[in-house]
Amino acid sequence: MMEKHFAGRPAAPGIALGALFPLTIGTSVRVTSGSATSEAEALRAALNAALVDLRELIARSNREAAEILEFQVALLEDDALAEAAFVAIAEGAAADLAWLRAMHEEIAGYEKSDDEYFRARAADLYDIRDRVVAHLTGSAIEAGVPPGAIVTAQDLTPSRFLAIDWSRGGALALTAGSTTSHVAMLARSRGIPAVVGIGVDLAEHSGDALIDAHRGLLIVNPGPAARAQFERDAQAAASTRTLAAAAALRPAVTADGTPIRIMLNIADPRELAALDPAICDGIGLVRTEFLFHDKHGLPDEEQQYAVYRRIAEWAQGRPVVIRTLDAGGDKPIPGLTPAGESNPFLGVRGLRLSLAHPDIFRMQLRALSRAAVHGNVKIMLPMVTHPRELAIARGMLDAEVAALQAAGVRVRRASLGIMVEVPAAAIAADRFDAEFFSIGSNDLTQYVAAAGRDIGAVADLADPTQPAMLRLFRWVVEAARAQRIEVSLCGDAGGDPRAIPLLLGTGLRTLSMAPALVGGAKLAVAAVGLRPIAESGPWQR
Amino acid sequence: MNSPCDPVPKTNAMHTGSVLLTNDVGLHARPSVKLTQLAKRFGAHIEFARAATGPWVDAKSPVKVMRFKAAKGETLHFRASGADAADALSAIVSLVQRGFVADDEESAQPPHG
Repeated sequence: MMEKHFAGRPAAPGIALGALFPLTIGTSVRVTSGSATSEAEALRAALNAALVDLRELIARSNREAAEILEFQVALLEDDALAEAAFVAIAEGAAADLAWLRAMHEEIAGYEKSDDEYFRARAADLYDIRDRVVAHLTGSAIEAGVPPGAIVTAQDLTPSRFLAIDWSRGGALALTAGSTTSHVAMLARSRGIPAVVGIGVDLAEHSGDALIDAHRGLLIVNPGPAARAQFERDAQAAASTRTLAAAAALRPAVTADGTPIRIMLNIADPRELAALDPAICDGIGLVRTEFLFHDKHGLPDEEQQYAVYRRIAEWAQGRPVVIRTLDAGGDKPIPGLTPAGESNPFLGVRGLRLSLAHPDIFRMQLRALSRAAVHGNVKIMLPMVTHPRELAIARGMLDAEVAALQAAGVRVRRASLGIMVEVPAAAIAADRFDAEFFSIGSNDLTQYVAAAGRDIGAVADLADPTQPAMLRLFRWVVEAARAQRIEVSLCGDAGGDPRAIPLLLGTGLRTLSMAPALVGGAKLAVAAVGLRPIAESGPWQR
Repeated sequence: MNSPCDPVPKTNAMHTGSVLLTNDVGLHARPSVKLTQLAKRFGAHIEFARAATGPWVDAKSPVKVMRFKAAKGETLHFRASGADAADALSAIVSLVQRGFVADDEESAQPPHG
């Protein structure tokens, strides 16, 4: 068999060798019976089984969740939903294909609605679709992924990623996908090597493959030379990993004895289950978008409060910086973010979106203020551009806290800071009277360099360690010191051992990163001599 | 205030009525479920439309009601035929008028009791 190379973009570092496991939805897994009668029977059985699932779920759910699921039950019980699928089956289509096509039409009808409430309900249709497909294909495909497999797919949803057992390694290769997607963040966080944007359908490949996610490479049927190189890389990686695992539990201190605070970036609270809070000095970034991607539509205050509280309690008194909803840009939320913006990265995203939907924003501020009673919660605003936006948000936070207090609800006014990621905010950092700064180096770099990290041809220009960026970081750190407020950095550079010496050279003393990178980052910190870095002035070059 | 035309009681004929949709989210997920659940309690054939001339949508099908995507501020025209059509129509008009708030149980019982 021929060795084949596929190039994509590195989404989560690491290397892996394993058997390919194509994760497709339905079609390639199910064997069609070939008879219209039995195909119709199969679909009917799957629809009924999905209804049984939903009714069981409802019995176990609270009232709010149950009402949402009852909507799905109502649709599933309605013959009109699968009518087109049964027609197609009678004309010779396979049950799963017929169902997927019918649902595709149905979902398109919701998604093209002008009304955000209707668009948001498409999530329920997806849920119904996938539940029925799961029964048609005899599913729980994810549970069948063998340990250590290299999973290939077109793209992957966060819940499907989380349904796979990664405890014994493995890797991910996606035809589509983005390095800033939710699943890429989860892969980085779990230490699962991932290559995305390969551009070729991988479903037909089988056998062994190896992934070099540092270089963004998938090699199918690797030959002896490729395997030998992999062995050498794997040994080097294993010894680094052993050192890193030991370092993760020790405090981070530079070679000249300066303590550095290491914080975690969290995209989903489920990541915390396997983590010891002792490896970090707190959580520097909780992305709250995961809550808003739930299939059951936008989260209510109680759901948000429960999640924020759980994270705050996990940290055992350490600071927990929770970022308010940062949707938009490359993180659309159906029914909430505007569709059809010509350049969504420069459009209504982050705090801009929250201020455009004050009800949703106020609800999040209330949930955060209530959770702040249970830990050292801090609130961070994304995509702040002008001091006026901070003032408006602060007014809303203070008003919600006052209203809750007046109603006898236990709340605490958490400190309110900003993510410094828009060049205007970085350049005028001294004009923002925020209670803390956190440099969002990913977006700040791509805005300053006018180069998207997701666009392979210009990705090299989006280098967070180039002098332009280091100068800007130094300036933001100085502005924070002058105002006597805390400043940290929470972009991917914060966990990158090659960037860490340069970042510490700018005066940063707090870095936030994916949990899997903590050990390696602490090792990198231990090798840094602050004085030589400062004297070499890498921002001058 | 919304102004439903009172259903005109006629035996063995089509009963019609119209009502303004006032709840914030329109005929959205939960209102659709409530509407169809109520409609299904009646034997009558019940349909609604944006205009008094149709095209008509089956008020007992949540899938079709959701496809219809009625928004706040639209006027819905209902028509019902069958033995309990008059009661069905008044119950449904009343549900829409109340903005689909719960407690439709007392006022909306089918007439076999």
